[in-house]
Amino acid sequence: MIPEIGHFALVLAFCSSLLLAGVPALGYALGHHTLLASANRFALLQMALVTVSFVCLAAAFLRDDFSVSIVALQSNTQLPAHYKFTALWGGHEGSLLLWVLILAGWTAAVALTGKHIPIAVKAVVLSTMGAVSVGFLSFMLFTSNPFERELIATPADGQDLNPLLQDPGMVIHPPMLYFGYVGFSVAFAFAIAALVRGRLDASWARWARPWTNIAWAFLTVGITLGSWWAYYELGWGGWWFWDPVENASFMPWLVGAALVHSLAVTEKRGAFKNWTLLLAIFAFSLSLLGTFLVRSGVLTSVHSFAADPTRGLYILGFLFIVIGGSLTLYALRAPESAFRPTFAKISRESLLLANNILLVCAALVVLLGTLFPLIMDYLDLGKYSVGPPYFNAMFVPLACGLALLTGLGMFSQWKRTRDLKTLVREPLVLALITALVLPFAWGEWQWLASLGLFFGLWLIFASVRSVVHQTRNAATRLSGLKRLKLSYLGMICAHIGFGVAVMGVTVVSLYSSERDLRMAAGDALDVGSYRVEFRGTAPVTGPNYAGTQGDIRLLRGGREVAQLLPEKRRYHARGDQIMTEAGIDAGFLRDMYVALGEPLGDSAWAVRVHYKPLVRWIWLGGALVALGALLAVMDKRYRLQRLQEEV
Amino acid sequence: MGRLKLFIPLFVFLVLAGLFFAVETEVSEGEYDPKALPSALIGQPFPAFTLPALLREDPVDESLLKGKVSIVNVWATWCPTCLFEHPFLVDLSERGEVVVFGINYKDNPDKAREWLAAKGNPFAVNIVDESGKLGLDLGVTGAPETFVVDKAGIVRMRYQGGLDETIWQRRFVPLLEQIAAEETL
Repeated sequence: MIPEIGHFALVLAFCSSLLLAGVPALGYALGHHTLLASANRFALLQMALVTVSFVCLAAAFLRDDFSVSIVALQSNTQLPAHYKFTALWGGHEGSLLLWVLILAGWTAAVALTGKHIPIAVKAVVLSTMGAVSVGFLSFMLFTSNPFERELIATPADGQDLNPLLQDPGMVIHPPMLYFGYVGFSVAFAFAIAALVRGRLDASWARWARPWTNIAWAFLTVGITLGSWWAYYELGWGGWWFWDPVENASFMPWLVGAALVHSLAVTEKRGAFKNWTLLLAIFAFSLSLLGTFLVRSGVLTSVHSFAADPTRGLYILGFLFIVIGGSLTLYALRAPESAFRPTFAKISRESLLLANNILLVCAALVVLLGTLFPLIMDYLDLGKYSVGPPYFNAMFVPLACGLALLTGLGMFSQWKRTRDLKTLVREPLVLALITALVLPFAWGEWQWLASLGLFFGLWLIFASVRSVVHQTRNAATRLSGLKRLKLSYLGMICAHIGFGVAVMGVTVVSLYSSERDLRMAAGDALDVGSYRVEFRGTAPVTGPNYAGTQGDIRLLRGGREVAQLLPEKRRYHARGDQIMTEAGIDAGFLRDMYVALGEPLGDSAWAVRVHYKPLVRWIWLGGALVALGALLAVMDKRYRLQRLQEEV
Repeated sequence: MGRLKLFIPLFVFLVLAGLFFAVETEVSEGEYDPKALPSALIGQPFPAFTLPALLREDPVDESLLKGKVSIVNVWATWCPTCLFEHPFLVDLSERGEVVVFGINYKDNPDKAREWLAAKGNPFAVNIVDESGKLGLDLGVTGAPETFVVDKAGIVRMRYQGGLDETIWQRRFVPLLEQIAAEETL
């Protein structure tokens, strides 16, 4: 019964999304106030119905209702309860329902919070989001119904969730990513509303900015979590693979980063209007493309847990309507001769423009690398495989340029910039000297290490210098610090995060080492400055797996620093699929990463030991970037504006 | 003129969309597989080789592939997709429909042994192609790739990319049935 309620709620949610898309739009066309005002109610109704549907599906998973096809496919009686819940989005249908739930959530949030936004704008925004929802709900109902049942031949037990996904990182990674993807629909909807109304002043940018920041912060967290998960779960110690699905989430992130900055220029200076509109359209389009790439059979990758080519055409059609429609609207309604405020060659505007160009170039590089093999193959120009060497060669210079400009940007002012030379001198020299010396901390000096470290340190020192400069007139530094705006601190935090991540990537890429050891119980071997002692193995039993756990002690200078317990697990319900659980001694400056290989007989095992310096800095950087974006949203400026506009 | 410029993004998108549509239509109709690689080797004998085997003392040569229908899977421990298709290969070899041989391609044999001990060994024999010479003869561009070889040792099909049940049923089973039918004639 519960799955039927869920299915019915989903059908009703589809109806409410149709109303949400249609009625306020009609109200806008007719200038009818009641119809415009109905948008809020439909948004909340849709939210309630999708929630009911989601809860019903969650109940089916938690109650082991294997008559529901996707429960039988993705869950198992032995699966721990929290993974039963997250198994919901372990496959195609369930992850779509999560997408729709999040979209409904964002829509309801816009409906509830935007009291200061003119009713006509809000109605068009909500209607646009409703139209996106119509697309996804109909896709679900007609091609991928999560509530499909197998009542006659109900299996006794399910096939279990892919063991790779049975992990806390995977519990939160997809929702975070989806929060980000879907969040860009808000900026998109505001851009559409601005185009529809033909009112392309700074106001739409001001309304869309906090939403965009939040969406981008979530996407940052999602990507960071994905990288972290791949690192400890896949057992190779890698943290980024330039895999098509990673790229699919990275492209909207890069365009989103450009959008976050471009919105600032549009709001503050009224410049780059058309550019910002296009970025808003593309950030969301690329989010949809990300969904398309994962869900269709066109590109396959490590991630295609739920690929199904037959659904591809539907998504493609939907994508075509959304992108084609919005770009047509742009072509017809965007201002022809945009008002161009003047600014000097070195000004905040020009630096942000350069930053935007670099970010968009980076997104194009990723797009090209992902689609190039497909295009060349289709045109019969040969088979190509584009791998990490291409991405690294193209991406590293762009990232360096971006880091340099970001640092400069923090000292710049609108229109024209003074004192730039004096301000940059200290951080530049300091970063240069430190970067030249610092590589010795990890062994042999490498020029690439110095280069990467320089850009990372430059970002950090420039941020600090900027704070010092901003607080120069305060009585004490602390009182000055307290007076700084949250939006400014958010920027500093995000830019330091960027620097931290650059340093992490540089050092872990150049100074990681890996040793494969044959170890019998009682053996001890030296790896770098560490001593690895293998104490033996013990059997270990989990709820849905059995395995072997190694006991490895890590010693340094005769003192034990960590006990590592790597495991080999055999998951019963998945045809005894074998998984490696790495034992990791995480540290601020380095990770020691131990994975069990195979038993070699006589209680000896192959043991793989990785030394990963600064690997945590990559994710720490990601977290700081996300935190910065969120801090900026909490700036009281947005609250003040809201008050003023309400009055 | 200014208005025309604003149509540029739409135009670029339409070109890309047209391309995508063409690709996607053929993919869903099964006419075109972005992962299918044409191979000059189809209908030709499997290239000659004499190479060590992973878990055997003696080296093996191309005669290994004669006398039974087999699939030859090119894999390596450094290849992420191999990790994902591995459970399927284990499953396939247990079903016993077809003999599964492996070519451990440009890999470290110790790591390969470790991998097989850890994840199960679906391969009847594993040819060690550490230098990638055999892979070169086969025209391998990356791992994983899978070849179908008939009783006469003739290469009948090449498939690039990871295997799973769907791909197996759609791409391999019809050919294997056809080969079986040829033999009964």
